[in-house]
Amino acid sequence: MSAAIEVLDLRKSYGGQEAVAGISLTIERGEIYAILGPNGAGKTTTVEILEGFRTRDSGSVLVLGADPGSLGIHGSAWRNRIGIVLQSTSDAAELTVAETVHHFSHYYSKPKDPDAVIELVGLTEKRDAKIRTLSGGQRRRLDVALGIIGSPEILFLDEPTTGFDPEARRAFWELILALKAEGTTILLTTHYLDEAEALADRVAVINAGKIVEIATPETLGGRHLAKATISWSENGATQKQISENPTHDVIEIAARFNGDIPELTVTRPSLEDIYLTMIGGRE
Amino acid sequence: MTFRLGLLRGNIEIKQFLRQRESVIFTLFFPVLLLFIFGSVFKDKIAPGVTFSQYFVAGMIASGLVNSGFQQLAINIPIERDNGALKRLRGTPMSPIAFFIGKAILVFLSMIIQVIMLLVFGAIFFHLHLPHSGALWLRFTWLVLLGSACSTVLGIALAGAIKSGRGAPAVVSPFVIVLQFISGVFFIFSSLPSWMQQFSALFPLKWLTQGMRSVFLPANFASQEVAHSWEIGKIALILAAWLVAGTFLAMRSFKWSRQ
Repeated sequence: MSAAIEVLDLRKSYGGQEAVAGISLTIERGEIYAILGPNGAGKTTTVEILEGFRTRDSGSVLVLGADPGSLGIHGSAWRNRIGIVLQSTSDAAELTVAETVHHFSHYYSKPKDPDAVIELVGLTEKRDAKIRTLSGGQRRRLDVALGIIGSPEILFLDEPTTGFDPEARRAFWELILALKAEGTTILLTTHYLDEAEALADRVAVINAGKIVEIATPETLGGRHLAKATISWSENGATQKQISENPTHDVIEIAARFNGDIPELTVTRPSLEDIYLTMIGGRE
Repeated sequence: MTFRLGLLRGNIEIKQFLRQRESVIFTLFFPVLLLFIFGSVFKDKIAPGVTFSQYFVAGMIASGLVNSGFQQLAINIPIERDNGALKRLRGTPMSPIAFFIGKAILVFLSMIIQVIMLLVFGAIFFHLHLPHSGALWLRFTWLVLLGSACSTVLGIALAGAIKSGRGAPAVVSPFVIVLQFISGVFFIFSSLPSWMQQFSALFPLKWLTQGMRSVFLPANFASQEVAHSWEIGKIALILAAWLVAGTFLAMRSFKWSRQ
C-alpha cells in the first residue's frame, strides 16, 4: 500500500514572502508524524494545503493517493476518509455536544457510534451542555470528536493542545495514542517539544518554511550520539565531566566513593536544547 | 442523500437560530415593532378607502422577505466564516448543496413566521384587507416565493463580499434601511423625487413592494402608482432577472474561509 501522505518540494508564497519554501516529506500509514516549529514557520500553511483548504504554488502533494488541490467531484469521497481538527474555532455555540456529534456522524459513510466517541473524548458528562459553556480543553476534545467521528484513515491535528493545562494534555495524548492503536495515521503540528516527544514516531522540524531535520524524537539533532555530562559532589564542590562513555566513567568514580556517589546525575542534551539550536534560538 | 442531509442541516440551522434570542428578536419581531410604530403614527388616508398604515403593511411584508433572507444571510454567513463553522463543514464530505438547502429551509421558516405575524397584526390593528380572491392569493404566493428566493441568493452573494463577521451588520443594516426608504416602504413611492424612483427601480425591493400593494390595496389604487398600473408582468420579469443574476453572483463570491 502506498504512503498515506507524500509531499515533494512544496512551495507557497504570500505577497512575495515564501511561507513554505520547498518541503518534502513522506508519512507512512499508521504513523504519528509531528511537524514541529515556531509560530510562523509554515506549519499551518503546509497542513492546510494537505487538507485541501489552500492552493499551492508548486510541488506535488498526494494524500491517500489523491491531490487535495484538484479533487473536483471526488472531493466528497476523499473527505469521507480524512478527519480534520482545525486551529481554534468558536462555532455552533448554541448546540449541545451530543447534537453536534450526532449531526456530524450523518456526513460520513462509516461513522463511529456518536455516543462512544463522546465517551472516548471524555465528554459524556457534558453531552447535553451547550457548546458555548465548555472550557477551552473540553471544546478542543469536541473538535477531536468531530474529527474522528467518520473513522478517518488520516487525522490532521493542528496545534491540538494549545491552552491546555498539563492534566488535560496528558488525557489528550492518551486519546491520540488510542487512535494510533486503531491504525489511524496522524499528522500533528505543534510547538510543544514534550508533545512531539510523547506522541510522534517521527518529527519534522521546520523553520522559515524549510525542513531542518526529519528524525525520531530520540535521534533528533544527533541527540543519542551527544556526549553525556556527569555531575556529582566531591570535596564540598560540584564536579562535572563530559563523557563519551558515561557508564564506564561512573563506575570509575563510584570506586573512589566506595558505593554511593553523592548527588550523581548523568544528562544528555534535552530535546529542547537540540531544538532551540536547530531553529536558531540559541547561539 | 444530499437532500436528506439538507433537511438535517435545516434542522440544525433552525435550532441554532431559535436559541439565539437576539437574532430571533431582531429578525422576527423588529418588523412587527416597526409596523406598530409607523402604523400608529401615520393614520391619514392617502386615497379614498386607503390609509397610510395599509400602504405601509404591504411594504413591510415585502421588507420581511428582505429581512429573513438577504439581511439574515448577509450578516450570519460572514460570522460563520469567521468562527470557523464554514471551514469545518468544508472539511467534511457533506455536499455544499446540502448546506444551502439548510440555509433555504431556515430562510423559509423565518419568512413564513414573519409574513404570518405581519398579516395577522396588520389585519387586526391596521385594517389590512387580506386578499379576497384565489387569483390574488396565487399572486401573493408567487411574489413571496420569488421574492424570498431573490433575497436568499442576494444575501449569499453579498456575504461573499463582506470581509469580517464583526463588520457585517454595519454594512448590511444601513443598506437595507436606505433601500426601504427609497423603495416605497416608509414613504409613499409616488411622492418620492423621480431620480430616487428611477434609482430604486434598479433594485428588487421596489418591485416587491409594488407587487404587495397590488395584493393588499384596492384594485383602483393602481391609478395612484407612478406607472398608473401594477405592472405585474414587469415585476415578475425583474425579480426573475435578479434571481438569475443573484444565483450567479452567489456562486462566484461564496467563500468557506477567510483567506
